[in-house]
Amino acid sequence: MQITRRSLMAASAGAALMPMAPRLSRAQAADTIRIGVLNDQSGLYSYIGGLNGVALAQAAAQEFGNRGFQVEVLRADHQNRPDVGSNIARQWIDRDGVDMILDVPTSSVGLAVAGVCREKNKAYINVGSATSDLTGAQCAPTTAHWVYDTYMLAKSTGGATVKAGGDTWFFITADYAFGHALERDTSGFVRAAGGRVLGGVRTPFPGTSDFSSFLVQAQASRAKVVGLANAGQDTTNCIKQAAEFGLTRRGVKLAALLMFVDDVHALGLPTAQGLVMTESFYWDLNDRTRAFTQRVRSRLSNNQVPNMVTAGNYSAVTHYLKAVADMGVPAAKASGTEVINRMKAMPTEDDAFGKGTLRADGRHIIPSYLFEVKTPEESKGAWDYLKLLQTTPAEEAWRPLSEGNCPLVRS
Amino acid sequence: MFDILGIPAPLLFGQLLLGLINGAFYAMLSLGLAVIFGLLNIINFAHGAQFMMGAFAAWMLLEWLGLGYWWALLLAPIIVGFTGVVLERTMIRQLYKLDHLYGLLLTFGLGLIIEGVFRNEFGSSGLPYRIPPELSGAWDLGFMFLPVYRGWVVVAALILCLATWLLIEKTRLGAYLRAATENAALVQAFGVNVPRMVTLTYGAGVALAAIGGVLAAPIYSVNPQMGTNLIIVVFAVVVIGGMGSILGSIVTGFGLGIIEGLTKVFWPEASATVIFVIMAIVLLARPAGLFGRA
Repeated sequence: MQITRRSLMAASAGAALMPMAPRLSRAQAADTIRIGVLNDQSGLYSYIGGLNGVALAQAAAQEFGNRGFQVEVLRADHQNRPDVGSNIARQWIDRDGVDMILDVPTSSVGLAVAGVCREKNKAYINVGSATSDLTGAQCAPTTAHWVYDTYMLAKSTGGATVKAGGDTWFFITADYAFGHALERDTSGFVRAAGGRVLGGVRTPFPGTSDFSSFLVQAQASRAKVVGLANAGQDTTNCIKQAAEFGLTRRGVKLAALLMFVDDVHALGLPTAQGLVMTESFYWDLNDRTRAFTQRVRSRLSNNQVPNMVTAGNYSAVTHYLKAVADMGVPAAKASGTEVINRMKAMPTEDDAFGKGTLRADGRHIIPSYLFEVKTPEESKGAWDYLKLLQTTPAEEAWRPLSEGNCPLVRS
Repeated sequence: MFDILGIPAPLLFGQLLLGLINGAFYAMLSLGLAVIFGLLNIINFAHGAQFMMGAFAAWMLLEWLGLGYWWALLLAPIIVGFTGVVLERTMIRQLYKLDHLYGLLLTFGLGLIIEGVFRNEFGSSGLPYRIPPELSGAWDLGFMFLPVYRGWVVVAALILCLATWLLIEKTRLGAYLRAATENAALVQAFGVNVPRMVTLTYGAGVALAAIGGVLAAPIYSVNPQMGTNLIIVVFAVVVIGGMGSILGSIVTGFGLGIIEGLTKVFWPEASATVIFVIMAIVLLARPAGLFGRA
């Protein structure tokens, strides 16, 4: 190879610039807030948050605008594995200067990443996980839990089902942190209302697609209600197969304790009609949610509408950035605990969830809504799936502060 | 009513029957794998994705062309089988002379790509597909409530398995195929177009996966991951039955379905692992599998 004078000059000029590169990026980093969206982007929960969750976090950052600092949104796939999730969280914080970790569905991963953020003193806003332990026994000064949890689902769906006469229960539970928490919280409500839990099965997660065997066991128990303490495909498969095996026709009620509007879409109204489900967001709830949906919908893939979790990412980023702007970027970067404290001190408000607060244990306090899935005749068009049955006001929807055993509250 | 091992007999019979139904799926899928491995020496890891494509083809035929279940049962295997033929002609063919590992890696990668494309196109939440009206409803068997559709799945699987076995073991075409695996050059010398036969065999194996997908569409949710859940179990079935053994894969498919079904009653948490425990034991005791030739 011949080395020409010109290329030699170019190379030396490049070499001279090189030492400046790291300094440049560090200078940029000082006024850039980095948000890492960590969720399932390829597996069975990827339709809940996934890339749409990333898109709505970005939407919130763009709508917030430039108020003296830049916002950068990173994303990664945790594959529903706690080890993968905590590794990415560590790398993000240690190497890439991420200031806040967002979303993190799948309760086992959600709890693992909460531990990492606590250790590193970085803000952690969990939206996608359901386990109420995030603001209970395993709460942390760096954690905020947005949008929903197992207690709120259990109280709304479980409470309404017992009230409607479903006083004997059998649980089909996904065998990991989330399923266990949902079963525990729902059983509490069933017993408190004078009902009985007759039995249950724990199904391997992930990897179960045929639930007929468990449904037949549920039927043999003669319980009036089969509680589905699972999510996503597990839930839709259970509902499909329960219809197939005639459980519903024989008067057994299904309590799908965690359903998203996307699950109704997957089942189709003929199969899903009449199910009750609890959400804290529905796109067609009021004028603000409709306006919000119209504004952000073009960012979502497959012509979806925002669901509780993707809208939650939007809401969480909005509130987080308000707190950062309020306290200043250097202070926000220095301590995750301080950011979360500042977020607790300010009321939350956005188009998706309206007004709310963030409680001392990290719980996002907003109303919860009990919906019934419409019949095909009632539905007027695409994604017109739910009608509102009842609203639980914010003060009553969540586990009382005194019952959560969160060490932050006791001390 | 009497009890067996503390479980009421009716419940146990019900679980045996359900195990048989799941076994039908295992048998159908492992059959396709066994045909492909037995005759082409390719470990087809794209089988799960091809099963999923069958289910999606059924959904597309219904949504886009208005063709119902029975048409799907006929057309989906042809369409998906044809994509298999294209894959074999363009890619898999290059690997016959190499170690098994290369075929495994190629098909594994293809499977991931196919799954990714479907996830991009349709999302991962799944699509609805209803049981055809002729097969909806259920029979009350006294000890359990058997949906007509599940009964149909078992019958269809048995017919398919039997037909494939007869085709390969008892017909002239099957004899050519078996001869070609032993000595392709010699069979070619007799004037048989071996490359074409091999291509069509792969297509047929893929079509079997697609039929499985169509049969599964009404009972599982139609989504891009539906194949990955099954494929690992199905591979275990093939290994236990003996790689490439047609009869082995049919018998073990049904047998393991039943064992898994019983585990779901006695120890539900272990139901996803029991098949792999059996696989480990069989591999230690009979490395070639229950029906394999060492």
